[in-house]
Formats: sequence, structure tokens, C-alpha cells
Amino acid sequence: MSIINVSIIFLIAIFAVNIDAGVGKTITMDPCLESMKTASLPDLPYAYDALEPAISEEIMQLHHQKHHQTYVTQYNKALGKLRSALADGDHSSVVKLQSLIKFNGGGHVNHAIFWKNLAPVHEGGGKPPHDPLSSAIDAHFGSLEGLIQKMNAEGAAVQGSGWVWFGLDKELKRLVVETTANQDPLVTKGSHLVPLIGIDVWEHAYYPQYKNARAEYLKNIWSVINWKYASDVYERNNRDQTEI
Amino acid sequence: MGRGWVGDGSGLTGWRRFSRKVTVSGVITAGFELKPPPYPLDALEPHMSRETLDYHWGKHHKTYVENLNKQIVGTDLDGLSLEEVVLLSYNKGNMLPAFNNAAQAWNHEFFWESIKPEGGGKPAGELLRLIERDFGSFEDCLERFKSAAASQFGSGWTWLAYKANRLDVANAVNPLPKEEDKKIVIVKTPNAVNPLLWDYSPLLTIDTWEHAYYLDFEVPSKCQMIFTKFESNGSHRVVFYAEPKSSIHKHIHGQACVMGNGKLKARIRNG
Repeated sequence: MSIINVSIIFLIAIFAVNIDAGVGKTITMDPCLESMKTASLPDLPYAYDALEPAISEEIMQLHHQKHHQTYVTQYNKALGKLRSALADGDHSSVVKLQSLIKFNGGGHVNHAIFWKNLAPVHEGGGKPPHDPLSSAIDAHFGSLEGLIQKMNAEGAAVQGSGWVWFGLDKELKRLVVETTANQDPLVTKGSHLVPLIGIDVWEHAYYPQYKNARAEYLKNIWSVINWKYASDVYERNNRDQTEI
Repeated sequence: MGRGWVGDGSGLTGWRRFSRKVTVSGVITAGFELKPPPYPLDALEPHMSRETLDYHWGKHHKTYVENLNKQIVGTDLDGLSLEEVVLLSYNKGNMLPAFNNAAQAWNHEFFWESIKPEGGGKPAGELLRLIERDFGSFEDCLERFKSAAASQFGSGWTWLAYKANRLDVANAVNPLPKEEDKKIVIVKTPNAVNPLLWDYSPLLTIDTWEHAYYLDFEVPSKCQMIFTKFESNGSHRVVFYAEPKSSIHKHIHGQACVMGNGKLKARIRNG
């Protein structure tokens, strides 16, 4: 009996080794691509109606479940095609896919930041930032009000679709206000730029509630802006600088 | 709506349509009109709701016209036709501040005429022949138009346009124009840009800014909206007829196009 057991164990061991060996053999492309991580729609950290009255439940639902989801879906589709093109060495397809990746990937990246930029009032939304971000804002813009006015002016002036950003230039150690077109992430305006707050000024971000009154939307959104998140990102990125 | 015969030395001659200017105490000032769509605001239901028209025409289009007038009063652009303001403010890509408002005013005016109640169907006559020549079939053209409109990144417009004798090089004029150079094309433009800037003659347009469809359709049905609206497009209103004149005409307003030597001329028939 024990001999049979040992034999069975021995056979299983051999079999297991063979299985291990088999897995590594069939791939012809770079193993890096196998583990390509796709994007997924992040959950909102609050309920859809939690940002009322600044942003309506209807908008939050559409914005998250339809728009952001579509960017995620299309981005993953483009990544899949990119993987095949890379595997085939089809370089013109690789190049051709870049605009789809930039647009949909940018849409995913930007909206993922945006949800964190917002918070219900009872969870700190609208509460002004504390130091060190607060002092930095005063130094660069005169006051928090000054920053908000600049953001709103730039946001209102975006023609067509885009974003207005409050960011940190890690290299120049400066706070900046920038705008980007369509779904271009802030980093397209400078590789050292870190987004602290982004406000979506695509019409879908405000139309059902505000119609064409973008300025009104920009005025109201500050009551649900999550300064705590912006402060955390600022401190984290400022700290990295001094540690070098 | 005024019409004037333009015979300037630039080689562009022909009937030109422009928005009427308002004269105040003998001095011509910037006064482009907000021209209403040529049908009641609820006439496009159920494809486009009255609410959308109220906002799209009554707020968006109106704001472009009002802001344009404020921007150009007392400047060099004051007193020119809308088309001229668009072309001059485009400034070969280095846009002047008035461009956005001027081009959007023009685009929206053209848009309201591109659609009509009980519109749709198929084009006929010469336009159909050209579409079949350049796209194979009207259905194919329609499919390509829909997919162009649905694949716009961000805000913009999708156009059916006539491309005259031009090399595909900016500011070039083809020295040896051939029949094959003239064709019907589908073009996408971002934000306020329109194909007048490339010397194309627009035939039809669809607004693919989100404000054009958001109240009625929201996101996933954008394709449905495009289909529905194209079906409402009055493409049969573009009439081609033979004209025995020998001089070359060109219609800046984009509602007509020329096939060289004045052999054929197209004009949007009103009403």
C-alpha cells in the first residue's frame, strides 16, 4: 500500500513539473505584454446625489456610468488592438492607434482624478485647504479667491471641449493654472505637471443642469471641491522633491 | 437677407448671400442678425425637441451672434459680410478673437438650413450622380457620414462638401485642374472650424457639439441622433441645373458649387 502511495505521489510530482514546464513554453511574444493591465471604471467614493445642488444626480450618473465607462471600454479595446499590432510588428497600426489611446485613455485618467477632486459637503467638500498648500496658493495667486477666479476665467474661455487644471510644476516648484483640449491629460502641457484639481468643462459635465451657463457651473462647483485630496497630492509631490 | 453681385479682382465673382446689416443714423455698424430657422422651433419633433431648439438656437447661436457684434464693432471687420469675417479672422490659422464667434454664427445658420421637417430621403439628379460617383452609393455615403460624425474627438462639425480643383496642399491651386479633382467629400472639423477655410463648398452639416444632442439623446444614442438628423437633412433641396454661361462663378456661401467653365451650377432652393 505504501509503495503505491509513494508511486502515486511520485507520478503526481512528475506530472506537476511537466505542467509547470508547459506553461512557459507556448508564448512567442514578449512576456511583458501578457501581464498588460487594462483599465476599469473606479467606483465613486460617494452617492450619485451626494454633490447636489452643485452637480445633479442625473449628471453624476450619466457622467460616471456612461461617459467614463465608455472611455474605459474604448481604451481597453484600443489596448487590445495595440497588443496585437505590437505582437505582429505592425508599426503603422501601432502609430494609427495612438490618437484613440490618447483620447480614451486620457478620458479615463482625467475622470478618475475628477471623482477624487469632488466630495460631498458633509465630507469636507468646499472646505478651504490648509497649509502648506494654502500658503503656496496665497504666494502664487494672492489668495484662494484669486485662484478660483483664474480657474473660472480660464475654464469659461475653453473653446469646445476640454479641462481646466490647477497643478503643481514639480520641476519649477510652482503652482499653475492650465487648460487642455478634449481629453488631453495635464501632462501633455508639461511632463513635470502634477494635477491637483481638474474641472471638466465638456458640455456633458454640466448641460442637463446648467444648459449653456458654463460660468454658473464653474461658480457652483467650488462648493464640492475636495481640497483635502489636492493638499495630499501637493504634499506628496513637494516632499519628493526635497528628498532628492 | 441681402444678395449682392460680387465682382472683385480676387477672381471670385458670383452671387453672394450675406446677413443683413443694421444701419443706425447713417453709420453702418456691426449688426449681424440672429436669423431664425426656416421652420417653427417644434417642427423637427420628435427628432429634435423644441427644448433643444430653444437652447441651441435661442441661447447658443444667439450668444455667438451677439458676442460677434460686440467684438467687431468699430474694427476693420465691421461692415463686412459674415463669410468675409470668418475668412479674415481665421487669418490662415492664427485666429483672431472674432473667429470663434463668426464661424459658429455661420455654422449654425448653415445647420438650420441643412435640416428640415419632413426632410430626409435621398438626393436626386446631379448631386446623386456625384455622390454615387465618389462613394459608390448613397447608402455608403450615409454610412461614412454617420461614422465620421460619431468618431469626432471633442466638439466639432461633420460636413458633406464639394471640393474644387485643389491639390491637397494648403494655399495651393492646382495648375492642371482635371475632372477627377472635383469631388464630394465628407470632412470633420473641430470646434468652430468649417470647410470654407479650405475653399470647399459646404453642402450639408451636422453639429456634433454635445449641446446639439444632449437634451434629447445623451451619450449612447449619439449614433441614433446622427442617423435621425441626417434623415431630416434636406439634401434634396440642393438642386443642380445647367447654366449656359461661360464665365466661372463661385458661391462663397457654400450653398452651391461650380464645375468649371460655368457648365453646371448648384443652388440651394429656399422654402
